[in-house]
Amino acid sequence: MTVHARGLSARYGRGPRVLQDVDLDVAPGETVGVCGPSGSGKSTLARVLSLLHEPAAGSLTVDGTAVTRWGPAAAPTLRRRTGVVFQSPRAAVDPRHDLRAAIAEPLLLAPRAERVPNVRARVDELAASVGLAPALLGRRPHQVSDGQLQRACLARAVATDPAVLVCDEMTAMLDASSTARLVHEVTAWQVRSGAAVVAVSHDAALLGRWSDRLLVLREGRVVQPDVVRDRR
Amino acid sequence: MSPSRNPPEAHPTTVRGLTVTFPGLPTVHGVDLDLAPGRLTAVVGESGAGKSVVVAALLGLLPRSAQVGGTLGLPGDGRTPPLQVDLADRSTLARHVRGRRVSLVPQSPSTWITPVRTLRSQLDEAARAVRGRRTPRADVDAAVRRATSRAHLPDDLLDRYPHEVSGGQLQRAALALALVGGARLLLADEPTTGLDPELAELALGQLRAEADAGAAVLVVTHDLEAAELVADEVVVLYAGRVVEQARADALFETPAHPYTAGLLDSLPGRAFVPVPGDPPGPGEHGSGCVFRPRCAHAFDACAQAPALTHPGGTDRSRVVACHRPLVAAAGSRS
Repeated sequence: MTVHARGLSARYGRGPRVLQDVDLDVAPGETVGVCGPSGSGKSTLARVLSLLHEPAAGSLTVDGTAVTRWGPAAAPTLRRRTGVVFQSPRAAVDPRHDLRAAIAEPLLLAPRAERVPNVRARVDELAASVGLAPALLGRRPHQVSDGQLQRACLARAVATDPAVLVCDEMTAMLDASSTARLVHEVTAWQVRSGAAVVAVSHDAALLGRWSDRLLVLREGRVVQPDVVRDRR
Repeated sequence: MSPSRNPPEAHPTTVRGLTVTFPGLPTVHGVDLDLAPGRLTAVVGESGAGKSVVVAALLGLLPRSAQVGGTLGLPGDGRTPPLQVDLADRSTLARHVRGRRVSLVPQSPSTWITPVRTLRSQLDEAARAVRGRRTPRADVDAAVRRATSRAHLPDDLLDRYPHEVSGGQLQRAALALALVGGARLLLADEPTTGLDPELAELALGQLRAEADAGAAVLVVTHDLEAAELVADEVVVLYAGRVVEQARADALFETPAHPYTAGLLDSLPGRAFVPVPGDPPGPGEHGSGCVFRPRCAHAFDACAQAPALTHPGGTDRSRVVACHRPLVAAAGSRS
């Protein structure tokens, strides 16, 4: 299992537990959709799985390695194996950087052993792999559409070749065509890389088309056993 | 929340020849709209089509660097005479139109309403801004009461601060703010984006209810499912141009423009296939039909820009800008 979580519980500060005893397994190449009403704990689960929020209880293993630290203290190697695409692409990139710089950032921050010899060529390759035209790479975020910017965020998230990609309401700000396009790009990348994908969304129709299995949360708990759906 | 198909009334608000050019970047190209009382019109399209710019232009809220052309024709009613406004005339829009005859229902009430003042003080301020500072207290109170009752905002919440009410109540307060000036045309820009489904449904329900109560409502959205749920009329905007306009049921059942068909096909409940390629940025398209580079049906005639015309058949309420509409009557295809 690429993602193996047992008994995950989480809270914010001294508040109540907003995630209770969640078990989740995601196999290589598999997409698990997480849905539920607002306040059900979807985004908290996404934050725990993307190593941003430390759970109050439970265990998480990513690609065979147990996670012991979250947030800024999380192990760099594990963070590089975990990609995240957030809800709002405008909030996820530096408005002063062009798309090339945004996508290049994880490559430039790579430890010596993982550095690529030619960052420029690798960015071109990543951009092409998510259907971003080369002309867009020189533009800054305000000069491209939400859909194009979110594809750049996907390229950045997969630049480190992660074993798991967490998509937290990735398409909530996008129009229908950009949504379909982005989901197809994620799926195509996943087929090439064999990564596990966790797709969080309140859009059940979308997850029905996108995911292999569905995890339904309500008030922080899993309320419905996995539903197996046909992969299109 | 099922749309009532009210017949269009005789005196719609009219937008004629709306054109917006940012420095060097033509963005909206001659958009015409008829917004009738009691009807909810949705403007749909991909992001970047110019939808939000249309809303901002009608309110006179575009930056001064934008060149705006076209006219806004507001019908009269018992209290106010008809008014014809040049959309380039920002000061008239600000003094006589915005908040008074046309107002905006904000996308995100939590960023629209000041957190440091009670709901009542903000409603009072808006009412006085429209009616004048010296308006008697009783008149202000009456205007606020009318607006809050139409927005279903309970009176006992008015003395609370925004953080003391729920998201849904705040949304009702935002609608009351839009109504307090007595506007008969309501505009909403992406009312569902980023909202959780319950709030999105409330926002759409409010707009539908306002249309049913006799307001003209224009909703700009990329959420096609929302448009299908509440709209009477749908206008499809592509690269700043209207490419199709039709009754909502007809448009969602049998789209006539290949772009409309492509947008609908991208829905997860339908084919879930995106429209190929990217939309052109402002000023990036060449001559001919703007959709031609992405269109599977393009042929020689598409080198000429198509005009908005009624496609074949008897549906006179539909117009489409396409040389090869998908719902042409048999035999009329070239």
